[in-house]
Amino acid sequence: MAAFAAFNGPPHHGAHPSLPSCLRRFLGALGILGGSLVGGVLPAHAGEVKVAVSSNFSAAIHAIQPDFEAATGHHMRISTGSTGKLYAQIRNGAPFGVFLAADTRRPRKLEEAGEAAPGGRFTYARGRIALWSPDPRQVDGPGTLAKGDFRHLSIANPETAPYGLAAQQTLQALGHWEDLKGAIVRGENIGQAHQFVASHNAELGFVALSQISGPNRPGEGSRWLVPQSYYDPIRQQAVLLADAADEPAARALVDYLRGPEAAEVIEAFGYAIPKGD
Amino acid sequence: MGVLSAADIEAFRITLALAGVTTLVLLVLGTPLAWWLARTGARWKVVVEAVVALPLVLPPTVLGFYFLVALGPHGPIGGTLEALGGNALAFTFTGLVVGSVGYSLPFVVQPLQDAFSSVIGRGAMEAAATLGAGPLDRFFTVAVPLARRGFLTAATLGFAHTLGEFGVVLMIGGNIPGETQVLSIAIYDHVEVLEYGQAHLLSGLLLAFSFLLLLAVYALNNRLRVVGV
Repeated sequence: MAAFAAFNGPPHHGAHPSLPSCLRRFLGALGILGGSLVGGVLPAHAGEVKVAVSSNFSAAIHAIQPDFEAATGHHMRISTGSTGKLYAQIRNGAPFGVFLAADTRRPRKLEEAGEAAPGGRFTYARGRIALWSPDPRQVDGPGTLAKGDFRHLSIANPETAPYGLAAQQTLQALGHWEDLKGAIVRGENIGQAHQFVASHNAELGFVALSQISGPNRPGEGSRWLVPQSYYDPIRQQAVLLADAADEPAARALVDYLRGPEAAEVIEAFGYAIPKGD
Repeated sequence: MGVLSAADIEAFRITLALAGVTTLVLLVLGTPLAWWLARTGARWKVVVEAVVALPLVLPPTVLGFYFLVALGPHGPIGGTLEALGGNALAFTFTGLVVGSVGYSLPFVVQPLQDAFSSVIGRGAMEAAATLGAGPLDRFFTVAVPLARRGFLTAATLGFAHTLGEFGVVLMIGGNIPGETQVLSIAIYDHVEVLEYGQAHLLSGLLLAFSFLLLLAVYALNNRLRVVGV
């Protein structure tokens, strides 16, 4: 306000503020503003960790974020996408500190390529899939697939998204992979697969349980929780990336994810907490 | 270097078909619209012009999102179709055409409108009217030939712009090989699974094709110049 008053107010008696001094004052105010934006949000010594998160874990990581930031003073910046896309970005130099994948394959490959810090790979959650429809009458178990009173069945792309692969394995186990091929629409990741169903463009789809069972999600529609014997376990692994191995914020996040506070949130989103892997 | 797989060839075919059908639809819909815009003195002409130009500034994901909502069985377009006994349009080739028509609209309408404006300013239409030519006759025998460069530019830009479409198909296409998986999506998939050879091959082909297309048009455009302007 002071800067505006200097420009707009009536001229003072005596010396008028010269334009350069006005400019200086304005730039000074800008500097303070900019400084407080950067410095004020982050406490002293706090760092920032950029974390690449598989779409299925998006809701959970956003629920973990405020607790993590309050507990450690570090800031977290979240990017979400399919595991395959994030992996390709990391291989091409994307500046992430921690990668929360939806599988074990991509984290292992990063480790083999020397892009993950040694010993920084661990399973943080086990995912589950459900056949889901927003229509309360649509899904009543695996028989829904045999009845076939739907035009589109949404799944994530099996080639790039582990939840899509689990959906494919489930369909194969039930013997529907071939006859339903014409009905399948593939989302780029599990987030899009969910979106296709939520927008009613597909009547039903295989989604991550975490997308329809978080603390803020009412049990809307109808679902069939796919038995885990139908698909390979979705072991979701995290890696600390090599470039961030010495960054306190990245290390703090990895430690926090292995702790009891994070485990509680992760379970609340419908994941199983891994024991011993 | 990778080799073109059957799925890649399918993606190529779908992309060309989508761009071709979209261009035809746009020429049929865009010509009367551009003609009206070039001639009208209506106050709300500027509103229509602004709406036509919207896809130029909107991210394709915005268009794709609205199409996804509108085409769904609860949306205005999909809902109407279902009520009439048809099917909603997401995940279909027809749905992609609808999305692409919206996405490439200004690339066809604007060159046509410019071309028609210059035709109308020249008095040829009035001369033809004096000679007893009816409105349709005047349009097809005077306006269209004079505006031929505009048609060429409009068709090329509409076609080329649809070739490179990504955001809209990603949102409403469903990535179905042989049906809605276009080249840009296939390239995206290849990059995700680190098949850089195939990604290079498809991208290179699309680049070369687009360049040759534009080259041909610019060369032709010079030869089509209307003498006496």
